[in-house]
Parts: sequence; structure tokens; C-alpha cells
Amino acid sequence: MKFFGFAAGVAATMTLLSTTSAFAVTQISWWHAMTGANAEVVDKISKDFNASQSDYELVPVFKGTYPETLNAGIAAFRAGQAPDILQVFDVGTGVMMAAEGAIKPVAEVMTGAGMTFDKSQYLPGIVGYYSKPDGTMLSFPYNSSSPILYYNKDIFQKAGLDVNSPPKTWNEVWEAAKKIKTSGAASCGYTSTWLTWIHLENFAAWNDVSWATQQNGLAGGDVELKINAPIYVNHFQALADLAKDGTFKYGGRTSEAKQIFLAGECGIFTESSGGLGDIVKSGMNYGIGQLPYDSDAKGAPQNTTPGGASLWVFGNKSDEQYKGVAAFFAYLSKTDVQEYLHQKSGYLPVTLAAYEATKKSGFYEKNPGRETPILQMTGKAPTDNSKGVRLPNLPQVRDIQNEEFEKMLAGQQTAQQALDNAVTRGNAAIKEALEN
Amino acid sequence: MGDPWIAREISLSPRIVFPNKILPYLLVAPQLAITLVFFYWPAGQALYQSMLRQDPFGLRTKFVWFANFRKVLADPAYLNSIQVTVVFSLATAIVAMGVALLLAVMAEKAVRGKGLYRTLLIWPYAVAPAIAGMLWLFLFNPSIGSLAYLLRSLGIAWDPLLNGTHAMILLVSAAAWKQISYNFLFFVAGLQAVPKTLIEAAAMDGAGETKRFWTIVFPLLAPTTFFLLVVNTVYALFDTFGIVHAVTGGGPGKTTETLVYKVYNDGFVNLILGDSAAQSVILMAIVIALTAIQFRYVERKVHYG
Repeated sequence: MKFFGFAAGVAATMTLLSTTSAFAVTQISWWHAMTGANAEVVDKISKDFNASQSDYELVPVFKGTYPETLNAGIAAFRAGQAPDILQVFDVGTGVMMAAEGAIKPVAEVMTGAGMTFDKSQYLPGIVGYYSKPDGTMLSFPYNSSSPILYYNKDIFQKAGLDVNSPPKTWNEVWEAAKKIKTSGAASCGYTSTWLTWIHLENFAAWNDVSWATQQNGLAGGDVELKINAPIYVNHFQALADLAKDGTFKYGGRTSEAKQIFLAGECGIFTESSGGLGDIVKSGMNYGIGQLPYDSDAKGAPQNTTPGGASLWVFGNKSDEQYKGVAAFFAYLSKTDVQEYLHQKSGYLPVTLAAYEATKKSGFYEKNPGRETPILQMTGKAPTDNSKGVRLPNLPQVRDIQNEEFEKMLAGQQTAQQALDNAVTRGNAAIKEALEN
Repeated sequence: MGDPWIAREISLSPRIVFPNKILPYLLVAPQLAITLVFFYWPAGQALYQSMLRQDPFGLRTKFVWFANFRKVLADPAYLNSIQVTVVFSLATAIVAMGVALLLAVMAEKAVRGKGLYRTLLIWPYAVAPAIAGMLWLFLFNPSIGSLAYLLRSLGIAWDPLLNGTHAMILLVSAAAWKQISYNFLFFVAGLQAVPKTLIEAAAMDGAGETKRFWTIVFPLLAPTTFFLLVVNTVYALFDTFGIVHAVTGGGPGKTTETLVYKVYNDGFVNLILGDSAAQSVILMAIVIALTAIQFRYVERKVHYG
């Protein structure tokens, strides 16, 4: 009897202990899509945040690729089981923005928790993209990137090109690519990841030309694509012509082309700054240049727009949870945390202080080119053409553009036809999405 | 024998009647519950969803009756997808069955190591579709694939990223390769059931090997072939999502977007749930039709040896 009493007592104490701890610590769930080195960054930041205070426990959960994570979040919301924080890629921003009532703007989360949210401390180009037209900050920019130019210095040398001056304009890229091909330095001159993001969305911003009406969709309402203007047609016709003899090599719709560049097949490559890690790891003798611009564009180079992802907060959570989320975002904004994130992952720092601190530390001198994406994005105050693009169905519109590009690169249609089709089909899809 | 009525009943029909009226229902209840939860409920949901127009989060919903079906059926992309599916399914079924039959005949002829050949040939069936897709993708990847390199050195401009025909060939190869093992197994069993006496008799009448195969073996394999045709078509139609997703993602253009892949793409990438649900309902109708054909036609008309 005595023994049983003792056992029951122990059990009761254990239960008591575990329930008290469960009551004391509020769990904050964070669904993300980070893999490899970037996943390590997520884990380290979460661990450090949990160690820094005792009221909240941040629980990061990997949910697959960007689209898979977005879908998991949407499905969970529909089932009433949404996480507190969801990482959504740039393309999904319009989808999340259209879901008023499902999300809680980050600005409200911060002020609701009694914190002041000073937007001026953050990089303006990034914050602008994740805000409503009236300036309300909707999501927290976690990882932002910008497209840049990479080149293989060994191939440049073999082709007789200057290894210290990467091509600055697209015409220079085409010329250099032809030289690489004809000199036999490599089997292909130029390749690129993400034709939609780099050659349409960032092409528009960087050259200060309109991508779509309504400030590229940022102002909302009826949006019509403008991507069949002559400047785009000329650009894509040049690509299509180079594709005929393999001077330009197509890799795929997303980041598949990275493999072609890493294999040493092509000399010049445009890709996200977030892709730097793999290139460094490959041990290639590489160089970095800014994203090329069109020499016919008057305002070029203007500024590039952010890619990457941001953190969204779901609605209908308890005040305690929102306080925890706010505490995490405040922690994430700390200079040393941002510095770590920027230097480890290749993504941009989101606060000006972290950028300054990295500059002072001499990081950019040691790692030339790492500052390029920041300079590109912050060099000039953004215009109506360069704040980014937003549509309620951007994934679908990008799919349409990719399909037309593939037909064009296969020689089935001209650039004019491809872009005209992309506009007609894209506009119809946008109209339908707005009706929903 | 005591009751003449019961005796007559037994003699007239082979049916056995259980005295307990509830027990049979209890026994099938678990199966019924599973069918209800995993088939009728989601099917009902899909049917309901297919008549809605809704934003991804389900915040705004409009009931539109059959508007989604009208839209889907009038969409040139959907008609293209039907065409792609027919070409893909037929090609996959023919290649998978043709190669399997050839291998089965060859393996039967092998004097030594029959068991080893069979085991090796059955192996690929254990590979998951997505992994099979990745394997083929690596082999035929234009920049790193060893077989792509071979094709290029033969003077073929192999480029499945931009050439729709090449992409389809790659897809069919991956899908068929995966199914060959299964077909092989059935063909081997079918071949073993062909009476040796018939073949020997034909041989004595002077029929050559080819003649013996086409006039005796092949017709006797008909039940197996019909069965496999249905199984392979259903496989190519519905079980190849992983392969398409891994190998082509529906591209280039829309040249390899099968019906199943389009359901996924419209629903999960483009977030147009109504269209996607309408397409799944159409797919459900196709499955039901195929199953009905299998049971009503194939099972009856084909004489099992």
C-alpha cells in the first residue's frame, strides 16, 4: 500500500510539473520551407530565441518546398488548424494579401503587443513590397534576395574576355556569350534561372519600364500586363536567336540552370543572390556582377525588386500567442541576428543597422560581390515601375509565361507572338482570379 | 433431409443462407465504414466543391452549379490535356506490355539462370514512381545525363526541356520501365499455362517459331493481355503523377500535362479549387467507366484458359 501511495504521489507530481510548464510556456509554431544551410539558420535562430527568454517556445516545422508550404498553410487554415507563423515566398504574397480576415498584419501584431514598429529601420525596398498600398506592413521579411550576374573566370580567360569586368548591359552579355561560344571556351555562352522573375519582373524594375498597369498590380484593381512592349520583345527575340545555336541554353522554369553553370557548360549566368552558397561550395573560379540592364532604357539601372520569402501571421490567435510572435519578430530584427542571417545564408539583411554593421566588420571586402544585391535594391528610390509586382494569381501567370517562353525557345513562335500570347492568356487569368 | 422444403432449396440454388440476420452486416461494417470515409465522403466533397467558386482560403464562396464544368470542358488547355493523356497512356501501355512480353518469352527460353533473370526483371517494380522518374531524369538530363551524352554523340539534338516529343519519350520510358516488371510477371505465368503439347504438335506439323508464337501462344495469352491492358491503362492514367512531377512538371509548354497533373497544377499551384474539383469529378467518371468495362466486358468476353 505504501509503495502504491508513493508511486501515485510521484505520478501526480510529474503531471503537475508537466502541466505547469505547459501553462507557463506559450508555443509559437513556425512553418517554413528552408533546406540545407538555410534550414540550419532557422534552427539556430529558433534555439537562440528560446534560450533568450522563458515565456515562449518557438517551434519551427519544415513543410516542404515553397508552394508546398503555402498549400499546407492554406489547408491548415481551412481545417481551423493554422500555424502562428507561415513562411510564404514572394510569388504567394498576392495570394496572402487577398486573404484579409485570414491573416493579421505584422504592424498590428507588433503594436498590439505594445511594441513600436519603426519602419524606417528596415530596408525600404523590402518593406515597401510587403506593405499594403496605404503603407501598413503586412508580413515580416525573413529572407530577401535579388538577381545578380555570375561568371566563370576561367572560361572568360579562355575566350579572351576581361576577367575583371563582367558585362554591364544585356547587349554586352550577348556579345560576350557569342565570343565564349565561337572561341570554343565553353559549349554555351549564357544561361539563366527563373526567366519570369529575372527577365520580366526584375527586367521591368531595373530598366524602369511598366510590367503591368496599376503600379504592376501593387495598387490593386483591374491589372493588365504590359510585357509585350517593344523593349521586352527585343530582349526576348535576342534570347530566342541566341538559343538557336546554343549560345543561350535554357535550363528550366526555376533554378535548374544552376547545374549547367556549375558543370562549367556556360560562361555567364544570372541567378538569385541566394544561390551563391552552392557556387562557393563548387570551388569554381567565379566572379559577380550586377544584373545587366538594357542600354536602350532611359532610367536604367533603376533598382531591383526583392525575391525570397516573408513571414505571415494568421488571424484568430490568442493575445498571448501574438505577444510571442511579436517578441520573436523583435528578436529577429536585432542587429546581431540579422548579421548572422545575412552572412551565413547569402540573403539580404532586412535592417539598415545590420547592413551598416556588416559593412563595418569588413565582410564585404573579404567577400567581394556580397554587397551587390543590396546596392542594386537600395541604390535609387523606387519608382512606380520598380516596387515589385503583385497579382492574386502570380504563380499561374508565371506558368503561362513559362509555357510561352518554352514554345518560343523551341522555335515554334517569335518573341512577339510569345509575349502577345502571354499577355492575352495572363490578362484572362487575372480577370478570372479577381472575380473569385 | 427431414424437411423437404429445405432440401429442395439447397438442390435448386447453391446459395447458403445464414440464419443470423445481423452478423453479416456487422462483418462487412468495417469495410463499409472504410468505403464511406475514404470514398463516398471525399467523392461527395469533390462533387460539392466542383460546383463552388471559392478563393484559396475559403473566405468567399459562391455556388455556381455546373459553371466550372462548362469552363473546364471549353478550355483548350483541358482538351490538350486529354490528348496528351491518351497519347501517353496508349504509348505507355503498348511499350510496357510489348517489352514485357518479349522479355517473358526470352526468359522462358533461357536454359540456365531462369530464376535469376526473373528476379532481376521483377526488381524495378519495387521502385517508387518519383524515384523511377528521377533515375530517368538523371540518365537523360541534357547537361549531366550519361545517356543524353550518348544520344548527342550520335548526332541527336536531345533536349527534353524544350522539345515536347523528347519530353514525352522520356516520360513514356520512365513510366513503362516501371510497369514492365509487373507485366512480365503476368506474362510468365500466362506462358507457363500454355499447354506444351499444342506447341509440340505444331512444331511437328512444321510450324516455325514465329508462326507458333503468333498462332498458338499469343491467342492463348489473350486473357492475360486484356487484363494487363486495363491495368496498364489505369496505371498510366492515374498512378504516374509522381513521374510527371519529377521528370517534366507538365512542360515544355503544356506538352506533357496529363489530366491528373492538371488537377494538381490547377488546384495546388494555381489555387483554382473549383476547376480542379470539376476535373477530379470528370476523372472519377472515367475511372468508374473503365472499371465497369473491365467487369462487364473484359471479364465476360475473354475466356480464361
